[in-house]
Amino acid sequence: MSVLSVEKLAVSYGAIPAVEDISLVVPEGGLVTVIGPNGAGKSTLLNAIMGVLPSRGAIRFLDRDLGGMPVEARVHLGIALVPEKRELFATLSVADNLLLGGFRFGRRHAGDELDRVYGLFPRLRERHRQPAGTLSGGERQMLAMGRALMGKPRLLMLDEPSLGLAPLIVRDIFRIIADLRATGVAILLVEQNARAALRVADRGYVLETGRVTLEGEAKTLAADPRIVEMYLGVASG
Amino acid sequence: MDSTIAAILVQDGIVNGAIYALLALSLVLVFAVTRVVFVPQGEFVAYGALTYAALDTGTLPGSLWLLAGLGAAAFLAGLAQRRPIFGLALSSLVLPAAIIATSWLLVPSKPGILANALLSLAIVTPIAPYIYRIGFQPLAEASVLVLLIAAVAVHLALMGLGLVFFGPEGSRASAFSAASVSVGDFSLSGQALWILGLTGALMIGLYGFFGFTLLGRALRATAVNRLGARLVGIGTAQSGSIAFTLAGAIGALSGILVVPLTTVYYDSGFVIGLKGFTAAIIAGMASYPGAVLAAVLVGVLESFSSFWASAFKEVIVFTAIIPVLLWRSLRHAAIEDDDE
Repeated sequence: MSVLSVEKLAVSYGAIPAVEDISLVVPEGGLVTVIGPNGAGKSTLLNAIMGVLPSRGAIRFLDRDLGGMPVEARVHLGIALVPEKRELFATLSVADNLLLGGFRFGRRHAGDELDRVYGLFPRLRERHRQPAGTLSGGERQMLAMGRALMGKPRLLMLDEPSLGLAPLIVRDIFRIIADLRATGVAILLVEQNARAALRVADRGYVLETGRVTLEGEAKTLAADPRIVEMYLGVASG
Repeated sequence: MDSTIAAILVQDGIVNGAIYALLALSLVLVFAVTRVVFVPQGEFVAYGALTYAALDTGTLPGSLWLLAGLGAAAFLAGLAQRRPIFGLALSSLVLPAAIIATSWLLVPSKPGILANALLSLAIVTPIAPYIYRIGFQPLAEASVLVLLIAAVAVHLALMGLGLVFFGPEGSRASAFSAASVSVGDFSLSGQALWILGLTGALMIGLYGFFGFTLLGRALRATAVNRLGARLVGIGTAQSGSIAFTLAGAIGALSGILVVPLTTVYYDSGFVIGLKGFTAAIIAGMASYPGAVLAAVLVGVLESFSSFWASAFKEVIVFTAIIPVLLWRSLRHAAIEDDDE
């Protein structure tokens, strides 16, 4: 069974189409990545699935039609988005940000979940009293991911988690993504860093100017000469 | 002017300032969470005052029928917004009916100050979330200016409804306690003590609510980052409704506290609310402690100007806002230049 299936999705900003005719599937426990250049419509796709942007076409989550459902209702079903801009609560403490990530359960479940998230991101435990706005870029990404995990999502969508981060931290983030898929959560990963994304993913879609131009097994894509030339560079091995 | 008069004026100013502080707090709260400048705040003061005064004389207040009417309107608005019908009927039809039944049973026997105050709160407070559902929730994505215009419209409508349901006569209630405390020449009335005590308790309560409960944190989160709040499942409508409920309750409580001190008319709330608004503006519509401090300042300024130049009392208080706005606009000029 698929966790998420998207059929013929289209989003436009006014008269200008941003993405068109996109169909993709995220299977139970799968890690699917969408790669493509800047401005291809990757973030638009995730925002439409989350309900932040209105869209046409069908979005089904666990065989449930999400058409017209508001963002917060989708969160309560078990979808989580870690947006490109993180959207943290800057003046609230790290611990409060995490606690609010579990808003859909009320307070009772926070203890165990909080320990689990601190286990994944020990840095957050060290800084749990600090306001989120004082964190570094990498820590903010960790907090955004931790906050999303506090809601125990069935589908976790990550929008450019490596954007603007130092290489060492990028490696950390991808290691954590690989750890997360081992816990059984389905992941939809949008990335410009195609090499790292294809290394952790099972399947990949290539998005260019709002359309899917290529899709397949991540390994196959990573070996595809067109991908190697356009996204991975000659030196990839 | 000797020190005794000064002491009396300061005391007066602080007592009034405490009321303005409550109103300023709820204005800051509603603005932070919903971006609505809550102009109708004063109407809740008047409704609370007139409802309490009616209960005090053992009559059923007109606000009961207003509550039922707005509840029914909120029910219809909720149906149009396709909310789950069971919860909707419970919150907007069953609740007013229960409050009306309770009042009908209790009021003729004059149940006492505490019961009257609680009953007044129960009657007036739900009006605020009903108004949010009818007037503001459909506009949740609108600009601050559109929301402000809607708020002015709601203020005018509620003032008119106040005239319909309470009539043009003013009312005054008996004091909570006739006792007074004297230290030397200086005496503090029981009512003043009640106002200061309840205001202080309410502020501590609000501090605890926002600092330590999940719902309080959720409201703060909505104020800081609306999209972030939606992404963790905090509905804009839900937090807006809670913010309005708190503001309605605070407004009604202020009215209940004020009505033993002064005669309140259906349109008295606006000027009282405007002074809370002045304090909130001085605090930049953003800082809670700042708003409390500014409100006490406004109260003291008012009481001194009513002693020295009582004809210009309101003029002096509202003029105080101009230098503050000038100072703020000078400080923030650089940011606006960047935007251009």
